[in-house]
Amino acid sequence: MTAIVSLQNVTKRYTRGKQTVEVLQRIDLSIAQGDFVALMGPSGSGKTTLLNLIGGLDQPSTGEVVVAGERIDKLSGAKLAKWRARHIGFVFQFYNLMPMLTAQRNVELPLLLTSLSASQRRKNAETALAVVGLGERGKHKPSELSGGQAQRVAIARALVADPTLLVCDEPTGDLDRATADEILHLLQTLNREHGKTIVMVTHDPKAAEYASHQLHLDKGQLVGTTTTA
Amino acid sequence: MKFFPLLWATLWRKKMRTIFTLLAIVVAFLLFGMLQGVNSAFNRTIDLANVNRLVVISKIALTESLPYSYTQQIEAVPGVSGVSYASWFGGYFQDAKNQIFSFPVDPKRHFDMFPELKIAPDQLEAFERTRSGAVVGASLAKRFGWKIGDHIPLHSEIWTRKADGQSDWTFDIVGIFTDTSDTGQESQLFFQHEYFDEARAFGRGKVGWYTVRISDPGQAAQIGAAIDKLFANSQDETKAQSEKEFQMSFMKQIGDINYIVTRILIAVFVALLFATGSTMMQSVRERIPELAVLKTLGFSDTRVLVLVLGESVLLCVLSAGIGLGLAALIFPGLKDMLGVVHLPTDVVIGGIAAAIGLALVTGLPPALRARSLNIVDALAGR
Repeated sequence: MTAIVSLQNVTKRYTRGKQTVEVLQRIDLSIAQGDFVALMGPSGSGKTTLLNLIGGLDQPSTGEVVVAGERIDKLSGAKLAKWRARHIGFVFQFYNLMPMLTAQRNVELPLLLTSLSASQRRKNAETALAVVGLGERGKHKPSELSGGQAQRVAIARALVADPTLLVCDEPTGDLDRATADEILHLLQTLNREHGKTIVMVTHDPKAAEYASHQLHLDKGQLVGTTTTA
Repeated sequence: MKFFPLLWATLWRKKMRTIFTLLAIVVAFLLFGMLQGVNSAFNRTIDLANVNRLVVISKIALTESLPYSYTQQIEAVPGVSGVSYASWFGGYFQDAKNQIFSFPVDPKRHFDMFPELKIAPDQLEAFERTRSGAVVGASLAKRFGWKIGDHIPLHSEIWTRKADGQSDWTFDIVGIFTDTSDTGQESQLFFQHEYFDEARAFGRGKVGWYTVRISDPGQAAQIGAAIDKLFANSQDETKAQSEKEFQMSFMKQIGDINYIVTRILIAVFVALLFATGSTMMQSVRERIPELAVLKTLGFSDTRVLVLVLGESVLLCVLSAGIGLGLAALIFPGLKDMLGVVHLPTDVVIGGIAAAIGLALVTGLPPALRARSLNIVDALAGR
């Protein structure tokens, strides 16, 4: 199957004051199109850093990052922003919705960067909200939604521009077990029924079980791969 | 336009803070509109000054009178095609707050000198032959409900009557004049100099100033110098100047309006700059994670900068629009004082330009900060 994500010999170092920390060390990684991958590991293992590199939020210190056919480690800030808008949908642990906008307007945000008309943007946002089961909550603001509903809105926002890849950073970290399972089930459905490639960071083994593959990181290195039964 | 709902929603994220900031800017621009409007009205009076006319006053001060006998001598100066005279009466109607711009004049000379003042020929004739007659501007007549045939009392703050030592004068309105080019002129009242001169208790044989019409505006300086030379070393030396110079010096009697207005507005805008700038900085500081999310979604650094600047422009222009709108509503109330019915367009344009300037100055530092946000650090709360 075609690799949608390919990392070769990727290293990431951070300098804090006089100290340089190597967060990722010589990572080689390939994720196939249509896969659902869980990045696992203890705190400080580098999983969020790896996710940021895949999502084009950060640049590696060395190595090559190719996502959706583009070598993104060489892209400038403006080009990388444009690339993210086209290819990546982000889901965060704390939803990161705009509190002053309704669910509908939040979902429409990525579409503001497209040439779609206002009515088309509205229609697409309604469709995305319907896909996550919140078709009736479009007029509600984030403060009027439960955690699970807010995360569904965030997933709808991530989906609305039909990105190549969904990047999720601890998407269930702020939710109770039952709600977390609903969200994970939704992600699994998006992967299985809509063919969305998903890379998800989690430290929760139960959450990781929803993925097709689990990549284990420790101290900045990939230490193993597990395929979910 | 598609970003407007986002800008609008962001603007009202903290409603009370936005309302207070908005009110501060509204008040500043209301003040701007009123003060600049008044300033503009004064400048307009100066701009409307006629280049064909000179004004001759006492060399000592505007308040010093000149002999009436200068009339013929000035008329005889080459290049002079007409002379009129007037004096400051300092009158008010019924109450001191009802100040009337009232002047004793020679009816024929005056209306001949100021053709922009339109009056019906029969009313001018009546003015010439009625010793106690007075003509009033249309807006002044409207203000007090005066009409032809009315008998009105005016109290002078300067002139007493020889007959009874009182300062109360009565006039019969015999005409109403208009001035379509400058309705401010319609707030004046003219009455017969001859009647005034005979009845006043002091200062007889004198006039306040002369207005001189010249044939060639290019010769204004030479003709003015010739008039001054005529009375040099006399007891009543003169100072001839163009009507524009006279208007400007007259305005300076009130105060340097432009200077005062400019200084007040600078103080107001500097205060506003700090208040609005602080609000914008605080607003952006609170929204760092949200701005980082926008960048995550694909909003470029430049687009985020423009959004923050746009928010600042929206706030300032909206507030300025309200402030200037209120000024425009209030301004017609000053018609009797300034003669300008509407807030001048140049003041509105200047106000909007000032609002945009204010927005850019106050919005740029937080916008630059938003532009330089590192997504990973911002999302991590660093």
